[in-house]
Amino acid sequence: MNYKIWRFGKWQFRLTSTRYVLMALVAIMVVAAVFRFVLGLGAVTNLSDEWPWGLWIGFDLLCGIALAGGGFSTALIVHVLHKEKYAPIARAALVTSMLGYIIALVSLLFDVGRWHNCWRPFFFWGYHSVLFEVFWCIALYTLVQVLEFGDIFFERVKSRPLKGILEKAMPFLLIFGIILPTLHQSSLGSLFVVAVDKLNPLWWSMIIPFFFVWSAFFLGPAMVTFEGSLAARAYGRQPETEVYQSLVKVTMWMMIAYLIVKIIDLNYRGVFSLAFNGSFESNMFLLEMIGGIIIPIIMYAIPSIRKTQAGVAAASFLVVAGVVFNRINVNFTGMAKAVGGSYFPSILEWLITLGFWSLLVLAYCFIAENLAILPKEEHAGAKKSIAG
Amino acid sequence: MPKGVLVDVSRCIGCRSCQVACKSWNDLPATPTGFNNSWDNPPNLTATNWTRVGYHLIEKEGQLKWRFVKTQCMHCNEPACESACFTHSFVKTEEGAVIYKPTVLDQDYCVGCRYCMIACPFSIPKFEWDKAFPFVRKCKFCYDRMKEGDKPACVTTCPTNALQFGDREEILAEAHKRLDSNPNYIKQVYGEKEYGGTSWMYISDVPFEDLGFKTNVSEKSIPSYTWNILKWTPWIFVGWGAILTALYTYNKRRAEVHHEEEMYAPVQDEE
Repeated sequence: MNYKIWRFGKWQFRLTSTRYVLMALVAIMVVAAVFRFVLGLGAVTNLSDEWPWGLWIGFDLLCGIALAGGGFSTALIVHVLHKEKYAPIARAALVTSMLGYIIALVSLLFDVGRWHNCWRPFFFWGYHSVLFEVFWCIALYTLVQVLEFGDIFFERVKSRPLKGILEKAMPFLLIFGIILPTLHQSSLGSLFVVAVDKLNPLWWSMIIPFFFVWSAFFLGPAMVTFEGSLAARAYGRQPETEVYQSLVKVTMWMMIAYLIVKIIDLNYRGVFSLAFNGSFESNMFLLEMIGGIIIPIIMYAIPSIRKTQAGVAAASFLVVAGVVFNRINVNFTGMAKAVGGSYFPSILEWLITLGFWSLLVLAYCFIAENLAILPKEEHAGAKKSIAG
Repeated sequence: MPKGVLVDVSRCIGCRSCQVACKSWNDLPATPTGFNNSWDNPPNLTATNWTRVGYHLIEKEGQLKWRFVKTQCMHCNEPACESACFTHSFVKTEEGAVIYKPTVLDQDYCVGCRYCMIACPFSIPKFEWDKAFPFVRKCKFCYDRMKEGDKPACVTTCPTNALQFGDREEILAEAHKRLDSNPNYIKQVYGEKEYGGTSWMYISDVPFEDLGFKTNVSEKSIPSYTWNILKWTPWIFVGWGAILTALYTYNKRRAEVHHEEEMYAPVQDEE
């Protein structure tokens, strides 16, 4: 072993050199956070009246929540449709999703100007706002996920009564844990319906909520494959290639449907030709559709690519990158022309974002090393880990 | 009775006294003048510049003409910012002003999320970026003066009657009267129907698109777009919930029992 292990009681945490770097990034984030809360948004970010939403909303929130979509699609496939063969990846998907939501909520707290008022929407209902639905659903769903996770946590920290209560509540939690993300994943898209004359028509659509929830769902299996492959590599384990290559077929079929609906929608609104007019927006749109949708569909469709670990991981990475690219296009590329000015995140914005995601990786590692998240290794070679 | 203001672009001489009146009535700090690429001063609306006169050099029938357009919050009949606000901090008062709920306490509902800034089709709301606990700021239609039966500060000060204040209906009738009596006007009252209608309305003798207006915009209000989607939420909640419950119970009965606790394990090092 080329790393130290930090032990406290029965808990342990590996201290590898990568993790020292991640911890340093978290420490920097904490310092940057002090600046943000003392000096305000203008001093720390490059946000402006033209660009009121930047990196923390466009990336941390929109992409973070989409990437956490693995939680609800896996819950639906494994626990509601009872496709037991996918169970090995269910818990890891739940944990990543929960951590993703917590990070998204925290970055939201950083992003709002009057953060001491963040509890107000619970009591003062602007129910005609899409953001109201997003806020409620994300808050409740994070709670649901923490409770679902509690069921795993109390396997280790023995507490019969609590575990008993959570087990009884589990069917309700599971079902709420699918309804809520369905609602807010779509609402994150509906947020932009309001920008009817601002968002480029390649992305603006009355069915943008469908595109958002559908892509968050098909992203799920791809994200699980991608992060599962990373985790397997980091821990020197055998990746669950067999599970992945079968699960991503869901993604493939859903992406085909997505592509067809997208083409119909563009034609229906008479803006199909905008995709080929050579403008910056059209090129970004084509890159998103070809790189993030069409190429992965082809890669998934060819068994000799899909059934290899490298092939399925690469295609899944493209899907993940494609959805991230879509959210960035909606929040930035598609708005640029209408709002004018320019925006590029400041160093402190980057550092805070980096710190959040480092924290997510560290938290995932801690949980995977101390709680039963990843499937039991059947062979004895599990100990020769290289650890991430 | 909702109030309105008619801006007659053909009467405006670009004196900017409305800007000054706005600053002094609302106690707003001055913006230091700097170089910029236009005649407009200040160049942008900001959290402390709630109104601004835009200078437009127009070529019409071989002649160069100056036209000046005052911009400020349009005070939409169905405001996008109000519908976007998830604590309902912004309201449309009966007098027609779109403002933070008019008590000190209610103003503090604002979370500072800036969704109103994304939502506004005219990009009017501005943020106090330099403050630790910023509010969103914009023209308040001088709601405080209106409550006392007074006109907005800018209207009071306008030396050429380019701004006319009154009940929205009367103002609109007056606008159409001017369009009908003078062939030089463009036959459109901007703000009569745009985004469901606004309290501030414009008439002009040069085309609106040459004056930086967003033209050919929807006559449907922006809140109606959103509501067309949001109204489905309860049905999706109940319907999707019912489908999931049915699937869950059906599949559970078929599924073989498996022991979750034996399937997973922590990735641990030996002590």
